[in-house]
Amino acid sequence: MSRVDVAGTGARMARWVRRGARCVLGGMAAIGLAFTNVPLLAVSVVALALTPVPFLGLALMPWTMTLVRMRTNLERRRASRTGVLVTRPYHPAPERAVAGGWQRFRWTVTDPATWRDLAWLLPGAIVGFTLGTIGVVVPLYGFAGLTLTPLWIWLGTGWYGYGAIWSIDTFGAGLLCLPQGVVILAAGLWAAPWLRRVDAHFARLFLAPTRAAELRLRVTQLTVTRADTVDAQAAELRRIERDLHDGVQARLVSLSMVIGLADALIDQNPAEAHKLLAEARESSGTALVELRHLVRGIHPPVLAERGLGGAVGALALSLPVPITVDIDLPGRPDTPVESAAYFAVAEALTNMIRHSHAHTGSVSIRHADGALTMIVTDDGTGGADPAAGTGLRGIQRRLAAFDGTIVLSSPPGGPTVITMELPCAL
Amino acid sequence: MRVVIAEDHALLRDGLTRLLHAFDFDVVAAVDNGPALLPALITHKPQVAIIDVRLPPTFTDEGLQAAIAARTQMPGLPILMLSQHVEPLYARELLSTPHGGVGYLLKDRVSNVGEFVDAVRRVAGGGTAMDHEVISQLLARREPLAVLTTREREVLGEMAEGRSNAAIAAKLRITEKAVSKHINNILTKLEMPPSDDDNRRVLAVLAYLNA
Repeated sequence: MSRVDVAGTGARMARWVRRGARCVLGGMAAIGLAFTNVPLLAVSVVALALTPVPFLGLALMPWTMTLVRMRTNLERRRASRTGVLVTRPYHPAPERAVAGGWQRFRWTVTDPATWRDLAWLLPGAIVGFTLGTIGVVVPLYGFAGLTLTPLWIWLGTGWYGYGAIWSIDTFGAGLLCLPQGVVILAAGLWAAPWLRRVDAHFARLFLAPTRAAELRLRVTQLTVTRADTVDAQAAELRRIERDLHDGVQARLVSLSMVIGLADALIDQNPAEAHKLLAEARESSGTALVELRHLVRGIHPPVLAERGLGGAVGALALSLPVPITVDIDLPGRPDTPVESAAYFAVAEALTNMIRHSHAHTGSVSIRHADGALTMIVTDDGTGGADPAAGTGLRGIQRRLAAFDGTIVLSSPPGGPTVITMELPCAL
Repeated sequence: MRVVIAEDHALLRDGLTRLLHAFDFDVVAAVDNGPALLPALITHKPQVAIIDVRLPPTFTDEGLQAAIAARTQMPGLPILMLSQHVEPLYARELLSTPHGGVGYLLKDRVSNVGEFVDAVRRVAGGGTAMDHEVISQLLARREPLAVLTTREREVLGEMAEGRSNAAIAAKLRITEKAVSKHINNILTKLEMPPSDDDNRRVLAVLAYLNA
């Protein structure tokens, strides 16, 4: 085995141990958290029982459920961290609902997620506690074999055993604790992540949105993104209309006027007519330049001609910073998706040129698992803040219209990595 | 001089034909789509072809593809591309075909008849005619050009567009001697070999800018 291989195996081992250790800690947390479930359930039952009490009743239940939801949301986050995604299933809070009011109470009790949360508390505690205990005790036992057992032998309490050996009679048998401890500890570390996942799957049974809740959340999200898209489109159309009206249209009017004037003058004053015609030509040239800019903003010709790869390549060529372009697509997406992808990348590159002080950048575009993944990176100063400018929000809105997402990583000092995903078939 | 035109807009096609006739060009064929272009070029063997980048049936870069294919089949065929928009990327692709006169201009340039006819003649004669817009985009992104003076950058731009020393001198209102002095300075500063052949020098400059 070469040295590189040894180093690689060592690093993998270290990662594996760290992951196992993290999950053992997760198991400890699960044991602790299980104990909070029982009082929460008790408080909820009391709150429910007190509901008929005037004033107090209406306030108590929503207040209790806020606590319960803090607990279940924590569990959702913990589950998501193990790779089992559990989204929040709750109805959005009604507007104008005051604390302690009837609307807030109704919102709480009519949400099926409320009752599913309560139903989870006790079984969740039992499963969490059990799996957590297994996950913690086994590695601890292994650890004990690794270190402490020789002590027991030397202390000579007379009777003790470990693993498969009960009881330890000789010094040699005592030393066998060590290999057994290694095996048990390894088994414990191996099982810990698996136990966390089982716990998460159990939580998902209760805490994930039902099909109906999922659809409702989807409708809410679609309503928001559709409204955004329609707004953005309307604003875009207004901009184009204004540009045409104030730019090209106005120029054509003055152009026809100048030509008319030249026509009237051509016999009496040919020199003046020539001057006017030269002016007309210049004016038509300016109108064409404006039209070209406008067209580029609506749908760049090179995008229509060459698709995403060619258009991004052409864009990269025109930027003052060298950009490595790596695009490998088996086909062309639908025009609207292609356009959204292009403008998202273009906006990301523009932001980079404007703010990052980068010396080099790169764009990579791939298609896999039914989604287009676009990654824009630079070696600039980092510290990009999505809240600060409109650029990143604009990208987000553009992509959201097609269920796309954007993830920004930009620590101060760089590098900045923008990862955009756009679901589409090729 | 025999010319083949490929342009799908009837108005522009007729306008170009009329304009070229007025300057004693012989328009032997004027086609309106991509697939018809290559046979027309092979049949008529024109001294220069004027081709729109975007042509039917795909309305993408059909014309450019046909031009590049024609250049591969008929090495040295002078080609002048016209387009509503210019992309340095397309200029690079055109320049990478086997040698021969080559041009790439915005359609707007047709309105300046004198300069346009001059560009057609230059391309037909094996020279180069690159649009001002292409060159300024190329110049804008080259940092090493900072070593050049403003005047030298102007001369470099004019040279890259394909103009002769005399034309540059006339345009910038300086003497031809001053122009060649500037050009020598530019070539030295950019570490490029000196060359007396105008066209080879232009191609070298374009290759440098495109790198």
